[in-house]
Amino acid sequence: MSREAGRRERPTKGSRVAEIRNYTMNFGPQHPAAHGVLRLVLELDGEVIQRIDPHVGLLHRATEKLAESKPYNQSIGYMDRLDYVSMMCNEHAYVRAIEKLAGIEAPIRAQYIRTMFDEITRILNHLLWLGARALDIGAMTVFLYAFREREDLFDCYEAVSGARMHATYYRPGGVYRDLPDAMPKYQPSKWHDAKDVARLNSNREGSLLDFIWDFTERFPGYVDEYETLLTDNRIWKQRTVGIGVIAPERALALGYSGPMLRGSGVEWDLRKKQPYAMYDRVDFDIPVGVNGDCYDRYLVRVEEMRQSNRIVRQCVEWLRRNPGPVMVDNHKIAPPRREEMKADMEALIHHFKLFTEGYCLPEGEVYAAVEAPKGEFGIYMVSDGANKPYRVKIRAPGFAHLASLDEMAKGHMIADLVAMIGSQDIVFGEVDR
Amino acid sequence: MTEALQAVAANAAEKLGESITGVVQARGELTLEVRRDDILKACRTLRDDPVFAFEELIDVCGVDYSTYRMESRAGLRPGPRFAVVYHLLSLKHNRRLRLRAFLDDEMPIIASVYDIWNAANWFEREAFDLFGIIFEGHPDLRRILTDYGFIGHPFRKDFPLIGQVEMRYDEAKRRVVYQPVTIEPRVLVPRVIRDVQGSTNVAGGRTPGATDEGFARG
Repeated sequence: MSREAGRRERPTKGSRVAEIRNYTMNFGPQHPAAHGVLRLVLELDGEVIQRIDPHVGLLHRATEKLAESKPYNQSIGYMDRLDYVSMMCNEHAYVRAIEKLAGIEAPIRAQYIRTMFDEITRILNHLLWLGARALDIGAMTVFLYAFREREDLFDCYEAVSGARMHATYYRPGGVYRDLPDAMPKYQPSKWHDAKDVARLNSNREGSLLDFIWDFTERFPGYVDEYETLLTDNRIWKQRTVGIGVIAPERALALGYSGPMLRGSGVEWDLRKKQPYAMYDRVDFDIPVGVNGDCYDRYLVRVEEMRQSNRIVRQCVEWLRRNPGPVMVDNHKIAPPRREEMKADMEALIHHFKLFTEGYCLPEGEVYAAVEAPKGEFGIYMVSDGANKPYRVKIRAPGFAHLASLDEMAKGHMIADLVAMIGSQDIVFGEVDR
Repeated sequence: MTEALQAVAANAAEKLGESITGVVQARGELTLEVRRDDILKACRTLRDDPVFAFEELIDVCGVDYSTYRMESRAGLRPGPRFAVVYHLLSLKHNRRLRLRAFLDDEMPIIASVYDIWNAANWFEREAFDLFGIIFEGHPDLRRILTDYGFIGHPFRKDFPLIGQVEMRYDEAKRRVVYQPVTIEPRVLVPRVIRDVQGSTNVAGGRTPGATDEGFARG
């Protein structure tokens, strides 16, 4: 934190004590606790925050304008890069908007795969959040633990899409391909001998679903480990209980969603209230906070990880029993299979059309939202009948949350600011877009 | 779902009267077109009246309709250029609603809904920044996403995708300078509208809502 402009009020005539009143301080844009490129201009009275003016947009890439200049399918990859720790959930909102406009529906197996990967993504996001947040407040171990588990989940991403983070796995009409029957394995190297490798590969002998199942068996124990370190930790509670309290009515007025809204005690989850994919077929609970402070938001997210684990298990069980197509059979929107193209002229034409021009969607507008790990992530899409969207508006949950930072932090100490930014789970990819 | 939306539309017609200039119901979503001058009145009713109870403002965004359907055979869509689109959510009734208000072309200005939903604060700043729409009564209408000292409104359709200026480090001046962009604009995939029968259309045929005019004139 560097002092940008220290304003000092002149002492009034007659008084000898120079009174130091409101400071203006600069925080960021390069600050380890800002979770990205956030610049805050703080007005302080001593160490007490009077006003915060967040300056965002340092990561603005005009994703919406770029999406307007490309055929529909070519923007899926941009969605990964919005909230770059919950990649597939963003894709889900985008492909759902396209599907809604086109009036198509993905096959049921694809819907289950999406549900499963949405929840894997939620665990990924909450793990990063938990680790980074604990680090903000001074606990190192949780970060290392959380990244150990994230590694396994990235392997799941990689197994289905080839990429560890920016998957581009969801497509309009389904998912890119079916789940693989074999997991990639470690090879012996100069760092790992055969014995090491055998140990590392022990849960990778089966299919991807076996690997995920093994993960879900272990994961509740891991969450217990994090909770042992934090939930009853005296320092953790001193830093978070009663900090950044937002009342439920204010949470609604400020446009909160997701764990932020639930932390304030409002029971609202799109997965339950406006179910999409297969969320109405799986069994899970919504945790709700009581006080609306940083500690409650922490408890909500930790419980969400356990619930996500439950959902993943139900999806794995279903997916094991029910093979089937994972993409619609409509070659106007989904490319034909490679083998078909070699023999069938029409398939070749479809492929050519799809990859040179894309597909035109009917004129109209839709709003499709998903319950992303951070809150309601929505895509408002306007089509004028062309092969590119006319307007795409990305409704990012973090944008509304960060806008309320001024209200949340007013009257708190500067050290609590870090705890509050952390509890909002801000990622600048989606705030700045 | 659709009956519930019809009820909302009927209630809106009754309680808001002439403020509503159009009702569109498509794909399970309801859009009300609101007269620009009545936006505050309409929003207040939609939030406070228990039959609506839209407690939460999900999103506010601008739309620039200036090239809408430009590639179609029927040609450009007539009508105002700018619109502001609001997305509302009622937790009580579990419903969504979209409002659209068209603005004047010369001076795109509309009343700010900040006093009704505080969430509008940054969303309106964003629409101001990207489209140049002015929200009257907004407490702090500044640019938000673009650079300090940025000129223009980048999401308007007449703003080039590659931008106007680029930034580089000047060795002689020993500082970062702005200069006009040096890259060529290019279009990899041209924009086309195919709403005639037998063309590449997802539904495999006619676009719902497409008129016959395109056919007749062509």
